[in-house]
Amino acid sequence: MSQGIAKPVKEMSEDQITRYGRHIILKEVGGVGQRTLLGSSVLIIGAGGLGSPVALYLAAAGVGRIGLVDLDTVDMSNLQRQIIHSTETVGVPKVLSAKKTMNNLNPDIEVICHQERLTAENALDLFSGYDVIVDGSDNFGTRYVVNDAAYFLKKPLVSGSILRFEGQVIAIRGYMDTPCYRCLYPEAPPPGLVPSCSEAGVLGVLAGTIGTLQAAEVVKLLLGIGEPLSDRLLLYDALSMDFRRVRVPKDPGCKLCGPKATIHSVTGSTDVICAI
Amino acid sequence: MSVLVRIPTPLRPLAGGQSELSEEGQSVKEILDNLISRFPAMRERMMDESGELRRFINIYVNEEDIRFREGVSTPLSSGDEVSIIPAIAGGA
Repeated sequence: MSQGIAKPVKEMSEDQITRYGRHIILKEVGGVGQRTLLGSSVLIIGAGGLGSPVALYLAAAGVGRIGLVDLDTVDMSNLQRQIIHSTETVGVPKVLSAKKTMNNLNPDIEVICHQERLTAENALDLFSGYDVIVDGSDNFGTRYVVNDAAYFLKKPLVSGSILRFEGQVIAIRGYMDTPCYRCLYPEAPPPGLVPSCSEAGVLGVLAGTIGTLQAAEVVKLLLGIGEPLSDRLLLYDALSMDFRRVRVPKDPGCKLCGPKATIHSVTGSTDVICAI
Repeated sequence: MSVLVRIPTPLRPLAGGQSELSEEGQSVKEILDNLISRFPAMRERMMDESGELRRFINIYVNEEDIRFREGVSTPLSSGDEVSIIPAIAGGA
């Protein structure tokens, strides 16, 4: 069996063996794999459309410590896709609303609420306490900060994004011989050229599809099983129900992970600047 | 020579709402030129002021990113699929 990222917890209770039985009987997971999940930690950037399914499935899977980073409160307009929240938590900070749902699903896990905006200044501190980072943010500035901080700390990053009816997923380990987010997209679009979801719309269930795929990649990375989506970008089009993968090479000219890198620290704004 | 061009959803309103269309061309550049002459509004979205492909838009011939082949000069064969894939950032 492959080596997981984190150290397994020593033992499971009878209740845990019952709860995670369907995992434990999978030979790729087994008792050791489940104990590894219980000993693992994941930080989710954004408790929104993508963060909802990621947080729910990782909580259900028994990932022992899950951090959530989000400054916002739940708004009625979120509930079309952010299924971790509910009508009764409208107005509540998203991290607290999500924690309540996750602990209702699985009281076995620890949920840590970071009710703040991710910035270039706090990213390294926040990331350093976790095994895997998940990007479910809603703007380009944050995506580059997440990528760069994960690279410098050598943390695997599972990135997902959605717009209208299309989504993208990639597992990023730019500190290895696989590409980083900057290899894939060297520069963010100028403000105003690409619409945001609030401006262009997004199919609610698309967040579920892409977030669930991210959760699957996280579990694979934590357990060291299967083939991570590290040198391929998965593209999903809900209208045509088309899943495709394209090859993403490591860019020798990458400013972050290339041999002539010019980025040596985490910088940049995470303010939402998209407008069209 | 005719190839299939896949248009991503953010650009479809600029391409008459089409998700796929057929274009004639021997290279990616010819395909892009023909596409933009049919749908001029796509120029600003895809090209910068100097006429270069914007760096948040990737173009793939089948599974391969043209940046790692011959850029817009990448030659095409009959039956190739050209996909335009822009960065998207939504997640909330």
